[in-house]
Amino acid sequence: MKLDEKFTPQTWPVSPETQTLEGKNKFLGFWLFLGGETVLFASLFATYLALKDSGSSIKANELFDPVLVFAMTMLLLTSSLTSVYAIYHMKNYNFKKMQAWFFITVLLGAGFLALEVYEFYHYVHEYHFGFKSSAFSSAYYTLVGTHGAHVLFGLCWIITLLLRNSKRGLNLYNAPKYYTASLYWHFIDVVWVFIFTVVYLMGMVG
Amino acid sequence: MTNEQMNNVNVRHAYEFRRKKSAEEMRHQVITFVLMIFLTLISFGAVIFNEFIPVKFVLPFILLLAVVQVIFQLYYFMHASHKGHELPMFFMYSGVFAAFLTILAMVTIVWW
Repeated sequence: MKLDEKFTPQTWPVSPETQTLEGKNKFLGFWLFLGGETVLFASLFATYLALKDSGSSIKANELFDPVLVFAMTMLLLTSSLTSVYAIYHMKNYNFKKMQAWFFITVLLGAGFLALEVYEFYHYVHEYHFGFKSSAFSSAYYTLVGTHGAHVLFGLCWIITLLLRNSKRGLNLYNAPKYYTASLYWHFIDVVWVFIFTVVYLMGMVG
Repeated sequence: MTNEQMNNVNVRHAYEFRRKKSAEEMRHQVITFVLMIFLTLISFGAVIFNEFIPVKFVLPFILLLAVVQVIFQLYYFMHASHKGHELPMFFMYSGVFAAFLTILAMVTIVWW
């Protein structure tokens, strides 16, 4: 099978992301990377849990705002579904619809990031809760900020992918690229599920 | 019918079958999404109305809902239920094992 072979919806393989050796390696290597990312985030969560509320005049239950966090959660969760739609159309060999759904994913992700920037700005200016204020604040910003950096990286990744392949259509060369980008995006949502539960909700309960 | 015609009919049937199967999978994923929204609402609700529910119950409860959501993400959105995901899931569970040990160690031995 040639990389630049032209397909039709009928001849497009069932799992286009693992048809070539490069695609297979990408798929496996990317999951190995996600296993490593799990450990990275675990160390940040562990640090946060160990240092929660320590050395800080403001406690977690006075700081966090459930409305904002709820809006962020909904944006990121919906963007996870839209990237599922993108991969659904990729597997059906519908290039235009795949592009459209990835574009919506990017918009939702950008909305999430904008709310997070607002949130940090709000904490620093209204509560004087800066990165260096306390052990609690450092652990909090490192954990949530690392996740935010992943969102930013994911956005840049998907945008670059869409621009670079905008006129190429689908082939066995770029199908694995779209697939891994969507896996990364889901992983970001997986981490966020734990952040909103462990940091925000458990923080509000006390 | 000639051989070639038979072949075309087969290809079309295979294609239609695949479209139908993938549409069905997409429907399952939308249902998964609705369930995840629902779980999120329950989590937020349990915390916002926490004066009626003991904290000892709320904490493990929302953690459990988070774990269920992550299982949905992995097995439905990230297609880990499809075949060919044995090694990827081995990687992920190894990561989860290391994650569990790290968190357990840090919340039990750090005392300041």
